Amino acid sequence: MSGEFDQKIHQTLEDANLQLAIYTATGRLKERRIEVVASEALPDYQELRTQANALKKHAIENLDYYLEEFERNVTAHGGKVVYCKDATEVSDFVLSLAREKGSRLIVKSKSMTTEEVDLNERLEHHGLESVETDLGEYILQLAHEKPYHIVAPALHKTRYDVADIFEKNLHVPRETVVEKQTAIARAVLRQKFLEADIGISGANFLVADSGAVVIIENEGNARLTTTAPKIHIAVAGIEKVIPRAQDVATFLKLLARSATGQLLSVYASFLSGPRRPGEVDGPEEFYVVLVDNGRTKLLPDKAKRQSLYCIRCGACLNTCPVYRKIGGHSFPWVYSGPIGAIITPQFMGVSHEPGLPFASSLCGACGEVCPVKIDIPKVLLDLRSDVKKTETREKQNRLEKLAFKAFAWVVTHPRIYEFLGRVASSMAPSGNGGWIRSVPPPMNLAPVRAWLSQRDLPPPPSKSFREMWRRR
Amino acid sequence: MGKRVSLFVTCMVDQLFPKVGMAMAGVLERLGYEIDFPEDQTCCGQPAFNSGYREEARAAARHFLKVFEACEQIVAPSGSCTSMVTHHFAELFHKEPETLARVHALEKRVWEFSSFLTEVAGVEDVGARFEEVVTFHDGCHALRELGIRSAPRRLLAKVRGLELREMVPAEECCGFGGTFSVKFAELSGAMARTKIEAIVKTGANTVVSLDPSCLMQIQGALSRAGSGIRTMHLAEVLASR
Repeated sequence: MSGEFDQKIHQTLEDANLQLAIYTATGRLKERRIEVVASEALPDYQELRTQANALKKHAIENLDYYLEEFERNVTAHGGKVVYCKDATEVSDFVLSLAREKGSRLIVKSKSMTTEEVDLNERLEHHGLESVETDLGEYILQLAHEKPYHIVAPALHKTRYDVADIFEKNLHVPRETVVEKQTAIARAVLRQKFLEADIGISGANFLVADSGAVVIIENEGNARLTTTAPKIHIAVAGIEKVIPRAQDVATFLKLLARSATGQLLSVYASFLSGPRRPGEVDGPEEFYVVLVDNGRTKLLPDKAKRQSLYCIRCGACLNTCPVYRKIGGHSFPWVYSGPIGAIITPQFMGVSHEPGLPFASSLCGACGEVCPVKIDIPKVLLDLRSDVKKTETREKQNRLEKLAFKAFAWVVTHPRIYEFLGRVASSMAPSGNGGWIRSVPPPMNLAPVRAWLSQRDLPPPPSKSFREMWRRR
Repeated sequence: MGKRVSLFVTCMVDQLFPKVGMAMAGVLERLGYEIDFPEDQTCCGQPAFNSGYREEARAAARHFLKVFEACEQIVAPSGSCTSMVTHHFAELFHKEPETLARVHALEKRVWEFSSFLTEVAGVEDVGARFEEVVTFHDGCHALRELGIRSAPRRLLAKVRGLELREMVPAEECCGFGGTFSVKFAELSGAMARTKIEAIVKTGANTVVSLDPSCLMQIQGALSRAGSGIRTMHLAEVLASR
């Protein structure tokens, strides 16, 4: 486990204001979700999950087929599909298109995939202005921060934080009323929409049989992003493809409910190609950038590739007792929470942050709320095993490895197990009737000290169960 | 007539909380079961499995199979250890068809204590009396892997003198998580303190659960906070008269 990961966890736990902000915001989302998926509110919720899981499973197992079908249909409508294997290829494509068209200003709607490939940073590095238009994302862009949460990127910012950010970056008088803050952002962003040359969006679903990009949102900014500028580029992971337009209905019923507890999101846009002759609006050019960035590495493993079913609803974050303590920025990459803990090691490699799959109590709450039924705890366990297989030379790891070798030997030798149990309990402090607050050497091993840093230990019983059983 | 049951007390109960095992045996005996304690039992292997050490977990699982294979019914005072056997052993042996078949034959006969009482023994009232205000903590593996929610509550409802006050939320993890509790000690401790807040709000003086590991985490944190609230395993409550 790296020092940086631990350090960020520690800092977040120490910050009382942040703790309150995370716990309250996730709690609200969590409660709302519970209400709208309750059996009285949505009797076929479990069937919908099963159906969504089957659809995703089918799509991922036939990914090549559906991507080709999607591409054919996009092309037939006058759009263009571009495949990118990594972050560099995505930014290279956008940069070369921008150069070719003489574009300078880009507006963006929310997209985790573009966060994943650091698109804004890369574009800005080459002199382009790329403006986030989702309110939360815009706030974070001004604050130079990455999203804190997949769905609610600025979840950790209070309105007072936002007031400071706007005052400093937009040079407006300090404003703490949320509605007025929204109006400030809107005034700035409206102008950007009108001036922008390119609009970049993400995609919630790519529909193979109709070549449509489906975008779900609440603010209307994605609709403006994808229709006002002359060029629309949708950036999406290859796993977003689903077979048929009718399948969207299943996901729509689940997505908003799981994400925010809404019955439906405010806008659902089906975008299939550029403006046709005779149409009065829409972009003149339409591109779909399909991003791999590590995704195809997951395909061979039957258990692990279910990680690609994710529809980015964020329900697992809101319900996760770990996320609710350590927040989004403790995580080593843009994806946080349980889903982040399983896709980060797979996209980036397990050594990116070996501690990540272990930062879970394996409580299973994530799997329970996942609308597409990803067995997150199972994948975490598999990744833990991967970490141990790949990391053998680290010092701390050698000790642990030795300890588990000893464990395996002891638990398969009942007499030794009993003997060692008796030795350990004879060496442990008695606790004087209560629980133990500190343990002297040589029993104060690192795990014992770690336990005692937070909690007391039970006093050793005078006899083990097996001894009691024999004597009764 | 099959009124024989073997105890898998788990290593934690054997070494740290033997009274829980004695209480469980007592309740089962009172219900007319003949009790068997296979002495060669040790640990189910979950610590190794959850820490990524599959080979070591397999060794423990193989030992468990050997010890319990001949038993008719096996009862454990833990949802988590039960689930290790019934839900994860199979995964350890997916490349060994013969062992896998033995696992599948065994896993149907391994029961968590409360669900054994309600589903196999078919009882809810075990004749217990416990005059305290109690709150119940759902262990994550009992709840989410084994689907046990109502069994312990039905059993508690029949205990004379007992008042059950549900904490909100009862189903949120206490933060134990095995080696997680020491690998991420500060985080685990923070989770325990949140759990304790929910417990304190109920006004109960006793926290009951199905898992000694959750209870160790909760009692450890209660004790550190100087609280007088105590924890008890369901078996201990049901053994009270």
